Amino acid sequence: MSTGTNAAAGRVGGRVMQVYTWLIILWLMLPIFVIIAFGFNNTKGKFNYTWQGFTLHWYRHLFDIPDLTNALINSLTIAAIVTVISGILGTGMGFALGRWKFRGTVITELTLFANIAAPEITLATALLSLFITANVARGYWTIVIAQVMFDIAYVAVTVRARMAGYDVHLEEAARDLGAGPLTTFRLVTLPLLLPGIVAGCLLAFALSIDDFVITQFNAGQTLTFPLWVFGATRLGVPPQVNVMGTLIFVGGVLIAISSVLLSRRRT
Amino acid sequence: MIRRLRSASGPYLAVLPGGLWLAIFFVLPLFVMVSLSVQTGNLITGFQQTFHFANYSNMLSQYHEQLLRSLWYGVIATVLCVLLAYPMAYWIAFFGGRNKSTYLFLVLLPFFVTFVLRTVAWQFLLGDQGLVLDWLKRAGIVSQDFHVLATATAVIAGLVYNYLPFMLLPIYVALERIDPSLLEAAGDLYATRRQTFLRIVFPLTIPGIFAGVLLTFVPVVSDYVNASILGGTGQTMIGNIIQTLYLTNSDYPNASALSIVLMGILMIGIFVYARALGTRDLLDAAAG
Repeated sequence: MSTGTNAAAGRVGGRVMQVYTWLIILWLMLPIFVIIAFGFNNTKGKFNYTWQGFTLHWYRHLFDIPDLTNALINSLTIAAIVTVISGILGTGMGFALGRWKFRGTVITELTLFANIAAPEITLATALLSLFITANVARGYWTIVIAQVMFDIAYVAVTVRARMAGYDVHLEEAARDLGAGPLTTFRLVTLPLLLPGIVAGCLLAFALSIDDFVITQFNAGQTLTFPLWVFGATRLGVPPQVNVMGTLIFVGGVLIAISSVLLSRRRT
Repeated sequence: MIRRLRSASGPYLAVLPGGLWLAIFFVLPLFVMVSLSVQTGNLITGFQQTFHFANYSNMLSQYHEQLLRSLWYGVIATVLCVLLAYPMAYWIAFFGGRNKSTYLFLVLLPFFVTFVLRTVAWQFLLGDQGLVLDWLKRAGIVSQDFHVLATATAVIAGLVYNYLPFMLLPIYVALERIDPSLLEAAGDLYATRRQTFLRIVFPLTIPGIFAGVLLTFVPVVSDYVNASILGGTGQTMIGNIIQTLYLTNSDYPNASALSIVLMGILMIGIFVYARALGTRDLLDAAAG
């Protein structure tokens, strides 16, 4: 009897928590709905506040604001460069940590931990202090340097986490079959690491394109998409921003879903 | 011999490029910032190293209000995140069934919209004539001059909104790791649901809560985007001050001093965490 009421109470509790979970999810989604919807808003002036009817006007005139377009291009090209550099450097670190025990393991792990745990504003101001002291003008390439600096650690820990099932004997088998170190790396090690590298690079790209704080401090006069949006908040954000935000959102979701599906098929 | 040498140098060759990048652009800058923080001068005359430690006391006396406010907002937002995230993580972990990963994906969905843009959307939603208040005012639920923007409520709500997933994920991972047979054993031993939760489930998730607290509190205290977009002059946080001193006033020594004060306060927390629980949990959480 008591277990029966217990189970019933559990079911009711479960229902309540289910409703609660969906309410939180709705709350998390609300701004996304708004951003997407108001990209279709037939607003007349510069201000995009009230619903005026449906239009595709802003999709057709997506690139009408040259500064904004430039900022978006900067965001995309910087993210691509940053992903390649931090992908290579981070994979090296993550692979070494997962593959070997070496002198320097502790200091390497500690550096990665400090880099991830440190407040963004600390990383941002420290690097800016270096650029100021060394008299380096801030711009496109200092943004690249800054973003690689915080992306390396994320790629490294992602690659290392996926090395849990890495079998060293496969490398040895390749060597025994006459493969040199480079051939072994290309034909055995790299394919085994690939899922981890892809996951790390996707994360790096997403973090790069989204980054605000570290980028703002080290950008000089150069603008990325988030910096442009931040600068426009006082004057009112034009609908083109909603459209670009929508496109980035849809692109990101599609890439995430397809990478999950691909990794499922592989296993 | 050569092969042995190569395998011995393998880890160093792999670590070195990334390690150098982090040494030059992450570790070295921390020392440079410390050096800059005790200089004097201005943009026109240049900055000289004078070991002017008074920068620190000046900054503390000038901006202790914003510093305390940031810590206070950090505490409130972090506590709210724990309270909001725990039941949800619990439900997904124990009742999510086959759809667990779908729920987690939905939780992470906002991250696909740029952080700044998400916050701008809240500014839009909470504006005096925005969707939410306009409706409430027309329905007569709140008075005409009621406003949310430029209040502490708006800033804290924005912070909780933006950082909730960082709290939810580590708690979820901790719940997910609990062996179901432990719960069965508790039931077999006539533990009530409340006892099972308080004596088994909750203690096992404390490391997850701590990881979530660290991942939430540190960025919340140093955040300035929410206060800039959703707050007014009464909600200025320490990040806003540091940003203004660096980027608008070009008062680099004082800006560095203030940034180091903030880093010092948060580092105490991070250090205590790393000593108590190790670095592994957090790195795993970051690896998703």
